[in-house]
Amino acid sequence: MGELKSSSTQIIEPGGAGGAGFATTRLDAVLAWAQKYSLFMYPFVTACCGMEFMSVSSPRYDFSRFGSEAPRFSPRQSDLLWVVGTITQRQAPILKRIYEQMAEPKWVLAFGTCASCGGFYDNYACVAGVDKVIPCDVYVPGCPPRPEAVLDGLMLLQDKIQSGNRTPAIVKPRQDPVVEPNVGLVQLRKSRTSVA
Amino acid sequence: MSKALIDLVKKQFGAAVLESHSLFGDDTLVVEASAWRDVSGFLRDDPACQMDMLTDLTAVDYPEREPRFEIVAHFYSLSKGHRLRLKTRTGDEEGDDAEVDSLCEFWASANWMEREIFDMFGVTFKNHPDLRRILLYPEFEGHPLRKDYPADKIQPLIAYRDVPNIEKIAPFSVDEGMSFGRQTHTQPRHDTDDSSVN
Repeated sequence: MGELKSSSTQIIEPGGAGGAGFATTRLDAVLAWAQKYSLFMYPFVTACCGMEFMSVSSPRYDFSRFGSEAPRFSPRQSDLLWVVGTITQRQAPILKRIYEQMAEPKWVLAFGTCASCGGFYDNYACVAGVDKVIPCDVYVPGCPPRPEAVLDGLMLLQDKIQSGNRTPAIVKPRQDPVVEPNVGLVQLRKSRTSVA
Repeated sequence: MSKALIDLVKKQFGAAVLESHSLFGDDTLVVEASAWRDVSGFLRDDPACQMDMLTDLTAVDYPEREPRFEIVAHFYSLSKGHRLRLKTRTGDEEGDDAEVDSLCEFWASANWMEREIFDMFGVTFKNHPDLRRILLYPEFEGHPLRKDYPADKIQPLIAYRDVPNIEKIAPFSVDEGMSFGRQTHTQPRHDTDDSSVN
């Protein structure tokens, strides 16, 4: 419930600390809080980024931790459209129809460089970014993006849903602990015996 | 080994064979477009050839040549284990009347490969059962693998969104990326200010 501790949210505990209390908040804030943790997804997977998408959805990275694990292969039941991979000119009308079939509120995440800007597919066949066809909320760059970048993109989208901000956002690169020593390296176990 | 194949075809179709070379097991025959079907049928049916597999069928555009297109077929004999590359040339400078006979009656695999050549190069195939675009959409105009197709020309199927700055942004600057493709652009991709140079 940490997300509800905004200026508009007040937690009142009449019986003192530990007593049965209640919270007051704005309706749109609690609605956004519910929406951002129940993002039913429509995976529109067309290319190699799909491999990385599978990695994010599988237990090692596991984006179900963010309440977005439920795939709905009907656009009418989904909230978040994952555009994963290259979109060709021939595919663009299909993607647009899928987007139009989704019910509001809906969000679009461009997964990888091809979906974001076309990447190196500077040719006759490809759409240079899905934002040419449908509005896009979050861009995750990378070819393909690391699963961490995708999780950053998902959390960025959740922040945007909570704040009601619909301007497009791009996932920024994470700081490399090797290049940036002040970030701090995670001490890895060298051998089985060295860890106390 | 396959040199014998080339000699065999030369003996059979002497006048129609334009060129041939055989080097390190890489055997190539170039024949007249009018003999394309006959030579292919001979290669399949002759007991010494038995080319029962059409491995690949593709085309190359040489805009400086006349005839302009080279159709390339790669044959393989599963029973004999030998290979042969057969080429023919077709099409005028504009690439308009590029036409060769279809090989679909000999190899079913020729069907889609000929459709791809038609799609990408605009070469038509006589007696093809279903000659239409295979990869691109029917609304597409032109043939993108021709060297005179502009490298950055796109033909969107649906209109782009009506928002500012939606036009395609060049991913590379003038000195980067696919310089070989830019040589044929109808319009310069970037505004170059020549007046400052002169």
